[in-house]
Amino acid sequence: MGTVANFLHAIPLDLIIIQTINGVVTGMILALIASGLTLIFGIMDVVNFAHGELFMLGAYVGVIIVAVTGSFWLGLIASALIVGVFGAALQIVTLRPLIGRDPLNTILATFGISLVLQNYALWQFGPVSRKIPDPMSSSFTLFYLQYPWYRIVIALLSAAIIGGLYLFLKYSKFGIWIRATAQDRVMAQAMGIPVPLVYTGVFAIGSAMAAASGVLFAPTTGVDHTMGLDWVLKAFIVVVVGGMGNLGGSILAAIFISLLESYAAIWLDPSQAVIVSFVALILTLLFRPTGLFVATPK
Amino acid sequence: MTTAPLDKPMQIGKAQLSHTAVFWIGFCVILAVLIVAPLVLPEFWRRFLTESLIWGLLAMSSDLLIGYAGMVSFGHSAFFGLGMYGAAAALTVITPPNLWLAIIFGLVGSGVAALFVAYFSTRLRDIYFAITTLIFSQIFYVIIFTWTEVTGGENGLIFDRPRLSIPFVYNVRFTSTTLHWFVLAVVAGSYLFLRRVTRSPFGMVLQSIRENEPRTLAIGYSVARYKMVAVMLSGLFAGLAGVLYAVQNEFAAPNFVFFLTSGETVIYNVIGGIGTLVGPIVGAGFFQLARELLSRLFGDQFPYLIPLGIVFIAMIIFLPQGILGFARRWLNR
Repeated sequence: MGTVANFLHAIPLDLIIIQTINGVVTGMILALIASGLTLIFGIMDVVNFAHGELFMLGAYVGVIIVAVTGSFWLGLIASALIVGVFGAALQIVTLRPLIGRDPLNTILATFGISLVLQNYALWQFGPVSRKIPDPMSSSFTLFYLQYPWYRIVIALLSAAIIGGLYLFLKYSKFGIWIRATAQDRVMAQAMGIPVPLVYTGVFAIGSAMAAASGVLFAPTTGVDHTMGLDWVLKAFIVVVVGGMGNLGGSILAAIFISLLESYAAIWLDPSQAVIVSFVALILTLLFRPTGLFVATPK
Repeated sequence: MTTAPLDKPMQIGKAQLSHTAVFWIGFCVILAVLIVAPLVLPEFWRRFLTESLIWGLLAMSSDLLIGYAGMVSFGHSAFFGLGMYGAAAALTVITPPNLWLAIIFGLVGSGVAALFVAYFSTRLRDIYFAITTLIFSQIFYVIIFTWTEVTGGENGLIFDRPRLSIPFVYNVRFTSTTLHWFVLAVVAGSYLFLRRVTRSPFGMVLQSIRENEPRTLAIGYSVARYKMVAVMLSGLFAGLAGVLYAVQNEFAAPNFVFFLTSGETVIYNVIGGIGTLVGPIVGAGFFQLARELLSRLFGDQFPYLIPLGIVFIAMIIFLPQGILGFARRWLNR
């Protein structure tokens, strides 16, 4: 009994609560990125390698607009719109000619896009990271920390955007088009749904969501040209763990993975905590290769 | 009427002979040019050519997967990097540094990494394979980057170049010319070996997996086992490229384990032409040359990956066969 009590005593309860909150906050940002990625995959069969770069681009556009206008919220909305339009143009120029080809072609093409965008950002903005000032400076006391309210707001806003996406898919006309295309492309086309337009629209929505998460995330750390790769890797892990193309699964997996990494960071160096999510991925591949939150097909 | 059936096999025989003859004459001419090249080129371009050949070997190893088995690997940096660090281990720990031990250590390192990656990622197909290889290569990157006591962390490892030695027979210092010849011999030997592999029954099964995996399984081939062997073979040759790179540059750095190396490997393949084995070498040469020329024209800071990335995207859309795509059937005959 004594050893058990000692063990329980050794677990830092305050740290665990703090890390739970941290994990949920980063998990919501990750869910926002991953749901765009999984939406694009589920409907277009495109693994968007450039998703992290759209996230980064959104953050940079946010930096510029916040610097010019001084308003964070204007920056958030404008950045999502600008990157959304950019994503639509990108889809028309590079991905539309590849419709009907092997999905591997699209992964290569989006990889090319990510290289170009990343190097453009490095060339244009330099290697020094930029910062967006915190839009709200108030904070509350959590044990010995002053925990910024802004982080809680990020999580709520991300949840709101994802909820908005869900309602949009469920009730709007375009959302119904999207779901019909996802179910059966040929049939949807036969029913008069403009499938190429749906594809462009889906890519634009995914890009706008990536950009929004980029701006939301920017105040917590800096903005630099490599930030996309870290997040897109995490988003890939989330999407595989949650089941490719499965929106609900991705959101759950995003929070699950982020919580795992936050708890691991109590005992490990943050750069090594990533390995925990790699292990989660390996275990998922071993035992539930179609994803943790989907019934394994017989 | 009676002569026709006699003529026909002779003509086929003649056509086969001329194809093989043309192939080997072409092979020897290119080999001869590459042998003579370091004697006439200035030092910088000599090193440049050697390095392009090493990248070509890496790209060729990945072509075995991309072009023949239809599995796009985004994780070849792990095999390349493990080969590099394996060689580094042999060259830093054991004195005097020995070339052959470096190669053995490098192959063991990349072989272990390849076994690990092959075991898990061959459960998945197509894009899932691509994504998991990418994530696995990042595992190795994180380990190498953070395990500073052993790998030197961000700074990497520096060591001396081993001597070119054949025990009891031959033992000299590498010059840039003999190093080029050594690399050329390894790359040419690897090419002949991989060409033999792709034309063997094993290679035929890989190509049938590429064309139709369920049917290959239905015929009775153990697809999973073939895929694992293919990934391991490919990983070993990528590791060999890593060893050569370490020997040439006398350092090992975590940058080379980073995902960008894998990405560039895929670019070499697409530019040069997948499923040709020589195409990726041409692609690597083209890429390195374009990069060098761009940075000479516009300065060192020029982001050469922007124009090269645009060329890459355009090639996927308009010329997915690559530069040597037109010769694909001929080269594999």
